[in-house]
Amino acid sequence: MTSTIEVHNLTKRFGKVVAVNDVSFSVAENKIYGLLGRNGAGKTTLMQLLTGQEFASEGTISLFGQAPVENAKVLQNTCFIKESQRYPEDFRPKDVFKTAPWFFANWDEEFADRLIADFRLPLDRRIKKLSRGQLSSIGVIVGLASRAPLTFFDEPYLGLDAVARHIFYDRLLEDYANHPRTVILSTHLIDEVSNLLEHVLVIDDGKLLINEDAETLRNRATNVVGMKTAVAAFVGTRTVLHRDGIGGLSSVTVAGLSESESRDAKAAGLELSPVSLQQLIIQLTSNETTEFEASA
Amino acid sequence: MDDSRPIFAQVAENIENDIISGALPEEGQAPSTNEFAAFYRINPATALKGVNVLVDAGILYKKRGIGMFVATGAQEQLKGARRDKFSSEYVRPLLAEAEKLGIDSTQLTQMIAKEAKNS
Repeated sequence: MTSTIEVHNLTKRFGKVVAVNDVSFSVAENKIYGLLGRNGAGKTTLMQLLTGQEFASEGTISLFGQAPVENAKVLQNTCFIKESQRYPEDFRPKDVFKTAPWFFANWDEEFADRLIADFRLPLDRRIKKLSRGQLSSIGVIVGLASRAPLTFFDEPYLGLDAVARHIFYDRLLEDYANHPRTVILSTHLIDEVSNLLEHVLVIDDGKLLINEDAETLRNRATNVVGMKTAVAAFVGTRTVLHRDGIGGLSSVTVAGLSESESRDAKAAGLELSPVSLQQLIIQLTSNETTEFEASA
Repeated sequence: MDDSRPIFAQVAENIENDIISGALPEEGQAPSTNEFAAFYRINPATALKGVNVLVDAGILYKKRGIGMFVATGAQEQLKGARRDKFSSEYVRPLLAEAEKLGIDSTQLTQMIAKEAKNS
């Protein structure tokens, strides 16, 4: 399989802060990736490095087989939609859509017009007068209509309401099906997008924590709930990802169980429940244990 | 879509349900992978994986350049497979719950007969 992105031992330091710490991975062509992690984990820095907007302190990056920095051939095939895109003073949305085709070879004007109608974006209003959600919808429209072979969405929907977010998901899937391309979506709304993703990258504290097929990741963990002693007996020496407790009850998240192990657990009177991608990532990136003692 | 099972398995099961109910008739054309992806709001690769489960089982077959079709005999094949699993998936959990509540098998039989009459 061809990879669109290859990253080897990438590190980015800002003074003493290590924003990206010795990260290596590759991104396969024409898949939808989720780039997930907590605030300040290094997601945006990583995307800025990949799109040539920051220089790496160490390591190598290749996009379409070439280094991205100052490389017009690479960058015209790359679209990076930022959380807080700035536009020239006095720009109106229509000016954005007029200039966008200059940067993106695959720009589809008809598609852009349809999206403008979907998002009910006022074209003639000055950008500084737009609401946060309307501003975000400009980014989403540019990101979709550019049809760049490699598209980054960094928290694209600050302020977008639920209806608009679903329009984004629907249009993304529909257009991706007809025009396959590599999409990297960074977001906090993991539950909303988890079914759209084919592959998941999780970064925490500058390091790459997870680089896994989304489907594999979904089956990776199970919650085991029951009486403390029974749970402890079942869990034994298994790897525990997370532990909660209240009074005599305990809830433990363990790495993937086989079918026979699940049957054993149920036979022991334990309740099993799946762990969503969002829960799993919270647990892996928070390393916090809550143990409520019985009061009274 | 719920979180308890792989999404591709749920896609396959939903298609099976439509074949069993007759909503998707034998030799009728099934929706495309992209249509499934859009409908369930899932990645097309996941939808394809679900469809392929049924292709491998001989429930769906591909007509090159046209699409996916439901095989003749698919409905009966699926019903047979579901009957085989009926005991482990419905009867045994029912008995386990009844035992927990102290309902013996005579009482349980009566309850089933009563519900069957009412429905």
